Amino acid sequence: MKGWRYSAAASFSILFLWQLIIWGAEPPRYILPAPSAVFLSFIDNLGLIYEHALVTLTEVFLGLLIGISFGCVTALYLETSRTARLFVRPLLVFSQALPVFALAPVLTLWLGYGMTSKVVMAILIIYFPVTSAFHDGLSQTPQRFLDLAQVMKATRLRLLFLIKVPAATPSLFSGIRLAAVYAPIGATIGEWVGSSQGLGYLMLLANGRVKTDLMFAALLTLGAISMTLYGATGYALKQLSKRYKVD
Amino acid sequence: MTETGPAISIKGKAFEENELLFDTLDIQIEAGHWTCLLGPSGVGKSTLLRLLAGLETHVTFEGTITASDAQEVASRVSYMAQSDLLLPWATIGENICLGAKLRGETIHKNKRAAIIEQVGLGDHIDKYPSELSGGQRQRAALARTLMEDTPIVLLDEPFSALDAKTKFQMQELVAETLRGKTLLLVTHDPGEAVRLCHRIYILNRHELHVARHLQPPFPKDHKDEAVFALQNELLAQIRGTEQ
Repeated sequence: MKGWRYSAAASFSILFLWQLIIWGAEPPRYILPAPSAVFLSFIDNLGLIYEHALVTLTEVFLGLLIGISFGCVTALYLETSRTARLFVRPLLVFSQALPVFALAPVLTLWLGYGMTSKVVMAILIIYFPVTSAFHDGLSQTPQRFLDLAQVMKATRLRLLFLIKVPAATPSLFSGIRLAAVYAPIGATIGEWVGSSQGLGYLMLLANGRVKTDLMFAALLTLGAISMTLYGATGYALKQLSKRYKVD
Repeated sequence: MTETGPAISIKGKAFEENELLFDTLDIQIEAGHWTCLLGPSGVGKSTLLRLLAGLETHVTFEGTITASDAQEVASRVSYMAQSDLLLPWATIGENICLGAKLRGETIHKNKRAAIIEQVGLGDHIDKYPSELSGGQRQRAALARTLMEDTPIVLLDEPFSALDAKTKFQMQELVAETLRGKTLLLVTHDPGEAVRLCHRIYILNRHELHVARHLQPPFPKDHKDEAVFALQNELLAQIRGTEQ
């Protein structure tokens, strides 16, 4: 619980610093609104923010679900097939050399302004960390377990699912934790490039209309969603991974 | 449970990066008896055991490993090591049946229940390895070995991580439950070798001595003076100051 106290203290310090700047520099409201103004804007626009947050959340969840599934399947494929390791892995690494963000306009062009392009953006952004983390875990099964399985004449598939996959679970969980942070970024970038819904869209809209307080309210909501998602995923996975920890 | 294993003969030499590890090795493991490979750490005892189990080693072995019934050795061994090798994510009950699960065979629940009772883990079948003591975990590893019921058993210092009392209890349990198997025990503890094994080989660097043939009963009483004297003699041989 101590960690929470430090996080709260850090948040309050930033808010206080923010308020100090307001008091000291007195910037115009459209440049930097006071924390209180942002809070009031949040309350006034609660319905609007909720509506757009729901869209972003849906994109994030779909992105996570599909991205993690694809990542797991790819990692299993890489582990079982030498050909895949030779051909697919370099492609994966190359895909990471490309700035995925730069694809956002093309995705919007291909898939339209709807939710699909944002979900695909989130998938693209989390696919590699999940694949990479899980595959690393699968290829690092402790040798002693592999020896035991060999002496017991394990079949390849049973070795994979009874020993390699459980032993790689903590690595997969690290990948999922990263994915939980990246997915909202992916979805928001998609929304920035072209959309009519979502927190990213609301931010752009508010910015264009010089409603800086609403822009900050949407931004902080997005931050809160990401933090909650990361915290919840982290907590749930920590509970689960206790069982899978190999000494 | 008491299927007698074949005799095994290991002959040859082994190299480690072009350097000789064993020279003219000649080990005869008697059928249904316990043979011990005794020696200090790092002389390649475990490597020899891995060769028998058909596992990858860092050495090049030039020679033959043959069984008296002319069948392959590596395909019918079970293996117990210093580390219990229990899967942390599986319960004790699941760990004990691991071999059958990995091969896709039917699990004989009655056999499992009998073995669990035999090793005294009746109350722990649904627990995870992390919930058990070191001794209990090693009992579970023994139960897994018994469940495999192979004619040949390889033990790689299975008692060395246990405290003195647990070690003695485990030695007795292992001696009782694996009686009749063709068994190779690798250890650096002369006391353990004398208590448990019919035949003892001493492996020092590059050299192999046949130390003793002992007569049953096993396990021997550690308070027995003859056992104690032999233990000291073996210790002196390992240290290279034969008396």
